[in-house]
Amino acid sequence: MSETSPKSFQEIILRLQTYWAAKGCAVLQPYDMEVGAGTFHPATTLRSLGSRPWAAAYVQPSRRPTDGRYGENPNRLQHYYQYQVLIKPSPPNLQELYLGSLEAIGIDMEMHDIRFVEDDWESPTLGAWGLGWEVWCDGMEVSQFTYFQQVGGHDCHPVSGELTYGLERLAMYVLGIDHVMDMPFNDPQTPIPLKYGDIFFQTEQEYARWNFDTANTEVLLRHFEEAEAECRTILDQEAVDPKTGKRIIMAHPAYDQCIKASHIFNLLDARGVISVTERQSYIGRVRTLAKLCADAFVQTEAGGWTAQEAGA
Amino acid sequence: MPDLLIELFSEEIPARMQSRAAQDLKKLVTDGLVEAGLTYESAGAFSTPRRLTLSVEGMLGQSPTTREERKGPRADAPEKAIEGFLRGAGLTRDQVEERETPKGNVLFAVIEKPGRPAADIVAEVLEHAIRTFPWPKSMRWADKTLRWVRPLHSILCILSDEEGARVVPMEVEGIASGDTTEGHRFMAPGAFSVTGFDDYATKLKRAYVILDPQERADTIWHDATNLAFAQGLEVVEDRGLLAEVAGLVEWPVALMGEIGADFLELPPEVLQTSMKEHQKFFSVKNKDGRIVRFVTVANRETADNGATILAGNQKVLSARLADAKFFWENDLRVAKSDMSVWTKSLENVTFHNKLGSQAERIDRIAALARDLAPVVGADADQAEEAARLAKADLSSEMVYEFPELQGLMGRYYIEASGKDAAIAAAAEEHYSPLGPSDDVPNAPVSIAVALADKIDTLTGFWAIDEKPTGSKDPYALRRAALGVIRLVLENGLSLQLDQFNDTQFVRHKLNLNHGALDEAQLNKLRDLLEEIADHGVFGAAWRTFREKFKQDGVGALEPVMGAVPDTSDDLLSFMHDRLKVYLRDQGIRHDVIDACLAMPGNDDLALLVNRAKALSETLKTEDGENLIQGFRRANNILTQAEEKDGVEYSFGADPKFAETDEERALFAALDTAEAAIAPAIEAQDFPVAMGAMADLRGPIDAFFEAVMINADNQTVRRNRLNLLSRIRQVCLGVADLTRIEG
Repeated sequence: MSETSPKSFQEIILRLQTYWAAKGCAVLQPYDMEVGAGTFHPATTLRSLGSRPWAAAYVQPSRRPTDGRYGENPNRLQHYYQYQVLIKPSPPNLQELYLGSLEAIGIDMEMHDIRFVEDDWESPTLGAWGLGWEVWCDGMEVSQFTYFQQVGGHDCHPVSGELTYGLERLAMYVLGIDHVMDMPFNDPQTPIPLKYGDIFFQTEQEYARWNFDTANTEVLLRHFEEAEAECRTILDQEAVDPKTGKRIIMAHPAYDQCIKASHIFNLLDARGVISVTERQSYIGRVRTLAKLCADAFVQTEAGGWTAQEAGA
Repeated sequence: MPDLLIELFSEEIPARMQSRAAQDLKKLVTDGLVEAGLTYESAGAFSTPRRLTLSVEGMLGQSPTTREERKGPRADAPEKAIEGFLRGAGLTRDQVEERETPKGNVLFAVIEKPGRPAADIVAEVLEHAIRTFPWPKSMRWADKTLRWVRPLHSILCILSDEEGARVVPMEVEGIASGDTTEGHRFMAPGAFSVTGFDDYATKLKRAYVILDPQERADTIWHDATNLAFAQGLEVVEDRGLLAEVAGLVEWPVALMGEIGADFLELPPEVLQTSMKEHQKFFSVKNKDGRIVRFVTVANRETADNGATILAGNQKVLSARLADAKFFWENDLRVAKSDMSVWTKSLENVTFHNKLGSQAERIDRIAALARDLAPVVGADADQAEEAARLAKADLSSEMVYEFPELQGLMGRYYIEASGKDAAIAAAAEEHYSPLGPSDDVPNAPVSIAVALADKIDTLTGFWAIDEKPTGSKDPYALRRAALGVIRLVLENGLSLQLDQFNDTQFVRHKLNLNHGALDEAQLNKLRDLLEEIADHGVFGAAWRTFREKFKQDGVGALEPVMGAVPDTSDDLLSFMHDRLKVYLRDQGIRHDVIDACLAMPGNDDLALLVNRAKALSETLKTEDGENLIQGFRRANNILTQAEEKDGVEYSFGADPKFAETDEERALFAALDTAEAAIAPAIEAQDFPVAMGAMADLRGPIDAFFEAVMINADNQTVRRNRLNLLSRIRQVCLGVADLTRIEG
């Protein structure tokens, strides 16, 4: 059963949303912070921890300052979209579900060559790794497919299955577009048709200039230190809130600071002020925060903690 | 005799792991079967991206019954002893026999273990194999604790004989065995059942799965070469890629596509690497050897004969090659204008946190390449320049993207900059030889840079005490040492390694102590370098150097320099160890090498090997072999006498005290040998020296036959011992024969 071809970038996103909603995922909204990839959304990082089942899908705007090319490169952007699906425990038919999503956006399985090619995933900043594949469609990588083994230094039990679609690249392929800026964002037949470039070309230029040359590195360095300190301070608080008398571990606010530190590190990297040796140490500092946040999250109810078990 | 068929069906297994995994499955299962008593006629293992398969033919239907007889205590032994025996045998008193023996009535237990049905054994063995499978990397999934390379979906396990096929019942973490499998994921979805291996392989093929990886590889190669041949072209052979691609498809379909005209100007290695690494494409070349097409291997047939798939692949390739072209053009621009931008930027690249940046390393290598140039017959300026540029390409965009093209890109870029071809060639060749079978460069400039590169690496890691230990050799120092050995020997270079090692040690010390020493001290170290160049070795240079600077003191440098001779000796002995391994592979015994290592000038590897080869040949002759016996006899008698008498017999043998003809003949033979050996050693003509030595065999044997050393007359005895001493001296001047094992 092959679907009709989508006409625009947004139609592809909408079809993915509809598809995964129909498969039982909670369709979440993007996280309201700057992140380098959809994995950083707490709906993936934190929710892949602990024993409670989870199924979520969402679009996540992602920023990679070093990838900025002033909107000139047909495939590279410093701001782009990922589509992320996380299901815990990983269902036995996750590969079939995934292939169904490709059909949903108009890829005809009878005409294309889909392959699962070994690609193990590791995020040194999140202290996370998993095994899986990059999925190829006619030789092009269209998704990452990963079974999480460890996140924030914790073994994943049960294991989550994670799917990440690079939306621009996938959409360009489905729509037959050669330069990302030429891709129709909405339906080209509408009274006000907008292309990807109408929306993002100027911002790519603006951010590339800021990322590479203007961002105040002293301020960024200070922000990094502050985020790091704040993250630790938050996690150092007593589990029981003195005001309400309730057990409230602030894993998410602390994790926000970890996300912040990670993004600031990326900006500093783009500004070229981090040497090779320092690089490792910055990554290590962010990883330490991610681990502390993971430690805290598994002490919360969403992370599988129960008063009963804790009392036993 | 039933046949066994096992298939473990999973999500996609990484291509690089498949063939090993199939062999592991075969070994684990068949070993387990045999251990349990189930022998078989033959077994075969197969793999596809989604399955590991094992077929065992002609297996026993059940394990044989075994009978074991155990002798116990006497029937009248204490109760405790009998109880223990019964417990051990698992029998009761009335189940054991009493037999009369010369020692009285003794208890005997006959333990009979009945054979077990094959199915029970197979189930146990297979479960154990699955749970202990040696995947290089494995994972958990869902809420299971089982580990497999990727989620395991089903287990097919059947025994079949004339009466039909039966499932071997078993279960691993909720995955129950059955008799079904699946065909191609897209071309023939859905499960089907099978009754035995032939039925399985046939039905799989009908379901678009070629089970045998070799058959898939053959199909790919056959189809790819046919496609190319039809256009008058040729596929570039790449066995590694062929095996990998065969592990990515169950139903291979080769498709040939075009490379955009824009990209045909790229160096062929760049095209090939980009296509192979990123896309797993085979390169297709024309008659001139230029790469003009590619072959991709799809995993399915389509209604449009692969047109859509090929178009997609072509598009991806264009994007990849556009990147490569971008890198190539940017790099060429730098190369043609000023390559020092690249060497300069290596100042910010750490080679090793103790050994400094790549730029500092290149400075040291360039200095050493200059020192080496006259020895290898290269122009010093050219050798230095080549060393300075050899690693410049590490800063290029292309090498950043494809590290495996280092050196080669250097050659292209240096050529483009208009420099001498010898300098360009050195960039490509200075990493060689990388392995025992890699070619050794033979152009003088390349040799100078290749040697300097390796000696700098070895001395550097020795200077910071990061030597290889056991199986750990993270900086590939054994390979570097073998590289030095092969460069020296295969180019027939005569060079004293000590001198160059010592020089480089001092250069490392200069680098390592840059912060700790003041400018005056650093200048002294630089002076010392010159002294080494003059003196050849560190010790002598250091003495002169201290003499020279006696007034203003060299005390501050003592700690810096103190360890050099020891470290340098240690490195040389490491290289000698590698040399032993290298020569052993060429059939030269380790004791022969030891005998030559003990001689002076052992840092000249070519000399050392010539000596060892000559000695090895000599020892193969009858004279040589017997000479060793004679030498040993002379040496033993002499050593004992010297110990007993407390004196050293080393001088003064005189023919006038000779009493027998044999004695006089030996005097004459030794005169002849000495006269022949000295100039031969001087000329490093070891075969002649060894031949002259071997000629002593007759006179020595005759001497021992006729003469008693320990004569009553003390003058005669002393004279004979001094004569033995001449034998020892003559022989030891050729090689240390005391090391030869007999």
